[in-house]
Amino acid sequence: MLFLAVLGPGFITANVDNDAGGIYTYSQAGARWGYLSLWTLIPITVALILVQEMCSRMGAVTGKGLSDLIREEFGLRVTFTVMSLLVLVNLTNVMANFAGIASSLELFHISRYFSVPIASVAIWFLIVKGNYKSAEKIFLFACVLYVAYIISGIMVKPDWTQAAIYSFKPTLMLDRDYIEMLIGLVGTTIAPWMQFYLQAAVVEKGITAKEYVQSRVEVIFGCIITDVVAFFIIVACAGAIWSNGPRDIESATEAAKGLLPFGQYAYLLFSAGLLNASVFAACILPLSTAYSVCEGLGFESGVDKSFDEAPIFYWLYTLLIVIGAAVVLIPGFPLVKMILFSQVINGVLLPIVLIFMILLANNVRIMQEWVNSRFYNLASWITVVVMIGLSLALAGISIRSL
Amino acid sequence: MAESLLFFTELLGLPVLDVKGRRIGRLRDAALVPLVHPARIDRFLVGGGWAWLTIRYDQVASISLDGIRLKDEVLTPYHSDEYMLRIGRDLLDQQIIDVNGRKVVRVNDVTFEVRSANGNGNGANGHDHNCLWILEVDVGVRSILRRLVQGALPPRWIRRLQRPIPPNSIRWEFCNIVEPDPQRRLRLNISHEKLEKIHPADLADIVEELGQAERGAIFESLDSEVAAEALSEVDPKMQASILESMEPEKAAEIVEEMSPDEAADVLSEMEESTSEEILEEMEVAPESEVRELLEFEEDTAGGMMNTEYITLHEGATVEDAMTALRGNEDQLENLNSLFLVDSEGRLAGTVPLARLFVASGATPLRQLASDTLISATVTDHQDDVTELFDKYNLLALPVVDEEKRIAGVITADDIISVLRQK
Repeated sequence: MLFLAVLGPGFITANVDNDAGGIYTYSQAGARWGYLSLWTLIPITVALILVQEMCSRMGAVTGKGLSDLIREEFGLRVTFTVMSLLVLVNLTNVMANFAGIASSLELFHISRYFSVPIASVAIWFLIVKGNYKSAEKIFLFACVLYVAYIISGIMVKPDWTQAAIYSFKPTLMLDRDYIEMLIGLVGTTIAPWMQFYLQAAVVEKGITAKEYVQSRVEVIFGCIITDVVAFFIIVACAGAIWSNGPRDIESATEAAKGLLPFGQYAYLLFSAGLLNASVFAACILPLSTAYSVCEGLGFESGVDKSFDEAPIFYWLYTLLIVIGAAVVLIPGFPLVKMILFSQVINGVLLPIVLIFMILLANNVRIMQEWVNSRFYNLASWITVVVMIGLSLALAGISIRSL
Repeated sequence: MAESLLFFTELLGLPVLDVKGRRIGRLRDAALVPLVHPARIDRFLVGGGWAWLTIRYDQVASISLDGIRLKDEVLTPYHSDEYMLRIGRDLLDQQIIDVNGRKVVRVNDVTFEVRSANGNGNGANGHDHNCLWILEVDVGVRSILRRLVQGALPPRWIRRLQRPIPPNSIRWEFCNIVEPDPQRRLRLNISHEKLEKIHPADLADIVEELGQAERGAIFESLDSEVAAEALSEVDPKMQASILESMEPEKAAEIVEEMSPDEAADVLSEMEESTSEEILEEMEVAPESEVRELLEFEEDTAGGMMNTEYITLHEGATVEDAMTALRGNEDQLENLNSLFLVDSEGRLAGTVPLARLFVASGATPLRQLASDTLISATVTDHQDDVTELFDKYNLLALPVVDEEKRIAGVITADDIISVLRQK
């Protein structure tokens, strides 16, 4: 129980980051490029820590959510635009995660026409009828289940020497696919919705500026764990699929099947991990979206309110789940296109959100003595510029392949 | 009626015309000077070239969707004035408290009423002139729509467009602005008097929704008694952070008003140095009570009990009890038993309050005492205490020290809080 006391919002956010889309991206990186991409994980971790730390600090100091702060500083039109983009991006993310639930359970021979409706109703009830405290405990438990990937990574018996070498040896190739993969790795790890969720969760937990040091440790720890999990997914796919002949994979479930030769357990663990990640993200994404939008636009929000008190909050939350789940059941729905499309919007949204965050974190009126230090600003601006470059490049590539 | 209404989104950007109808510039903001008038717009800010000019309310001849016509062109340059509450800068997009609806809302737009007023000399030649009064603050979808299309569509189209959406507004009298800076609060004449009428539990819900600075600001300006009641209803962790953000003197005033057991709970949540500062600022009597309670572990009877109880000697009569009650009127609200002690101060009996009313004045209290004497010791664990309440259906339980002397009392509401926190 001790870890429940220490762990909280930062750890959860970082873990949800490895959702169905993330797992696919890592699997693909490992299956197609082997150990080559591992070096990106360290810079990605640093960037993730920088960004997440800023958010939780803002939450602790101001006691306000990120969308609240954006609204107060940049006005309604800007907020509305950001929120519209956020809803679009998150809706496709929700779809991707329901697709993850469907396909991972199909590996266990459970029809999606059975699994998806049940999962969506269960998720809806967990949040609406449960309370945040119990939900958070379930989420923390879900974080522990990511261990599945670490175990399956070890079971595959990958080439550890190579993995170690390539973790520290940057490899750049002027290959379009390779660059696309790198961008995908970065883009899937640092997503706009995480910043909104993390800051809101810090506020919800009532963490204050004084207790913030502890929270910072948690954020850093969470980010590292996230990328450790990513490391093992890449390594597992490199060891299982790439070493038998590099190839592209179409989905995370295909990666799971690739692990079959290394034993039933490696395969089962990988699939269970995918299921866990998808359910986890499908819980948090719609909720976080509904909260951010209602806060920013000034509608009543919160699961402790009744439907009559906070109609827009509940409608938004419900619609995100219903639409996200329904499209998975429509045969021939162009889901892959939707996800590519969402990466384009993501590429537009992420830079906007990051720039707002830095501006807010430097605002003395808001942050008082907790503003960014000069070194911190330098580091975060570099991160932002690189992220903007990469996101725009990814958006460009996605548009071409639409 | 509808024609005399004007929204801030419409006001913004209206052309300002001089006496001869020539354009001076566009309207950039409008400001109240709350010390002069709580609802009438006192200054209009107009931007021409590089500088902004200030128009006093009595320099305006007419205000309509077609523009603001002046009757006096002697305009002064705009300097940021600390006595101004600027609608666009200070009110729009900010959170305010809806006192009537008891919730925190975010301002999307402001509705004004265009009123005609008689010029009162002052170079106005007795002509009628228009002035703007804040009528309502707008929240909800309708005002969001207005903000989004503001400037993109002509105002009259927007009015037609929004008609099917039901309005959602809060009358200006029920709006309470939250200003963290105490200096500015004074200059803007913001008081939180209206909040003091809200039930403490509702007030607690409201402040939980605000940011840290705003929370502190509200508690600092509330009457200490109201602040103490509301603070007791706030989440314990947040209580501590609110008190920590205040000046120790003000925090001490609030803690003094809280019941000693609640005060001890909050103080034990804080860092040693901060709680010590607050304790030092407190009056001697409540301070020593709280200090005693702070000695006990939180999850023991000693940590749960409070020291607000009335004891009488075991030989006392109903008449004596009545006199004692009259002397302790501030405790009456939550009192449901009296305690009898012997000459050594040891607990001898519990008298349910209601029995006093059906007994004659000369009846010895001992005859009215409950048959079995149930009590807890300061070191008892809270689970055992809870069990006693459940088993004997208690409303209040006396707590005694090692020498059986009464040390405090635990009431049913303490038990409810303990159970709720599990």
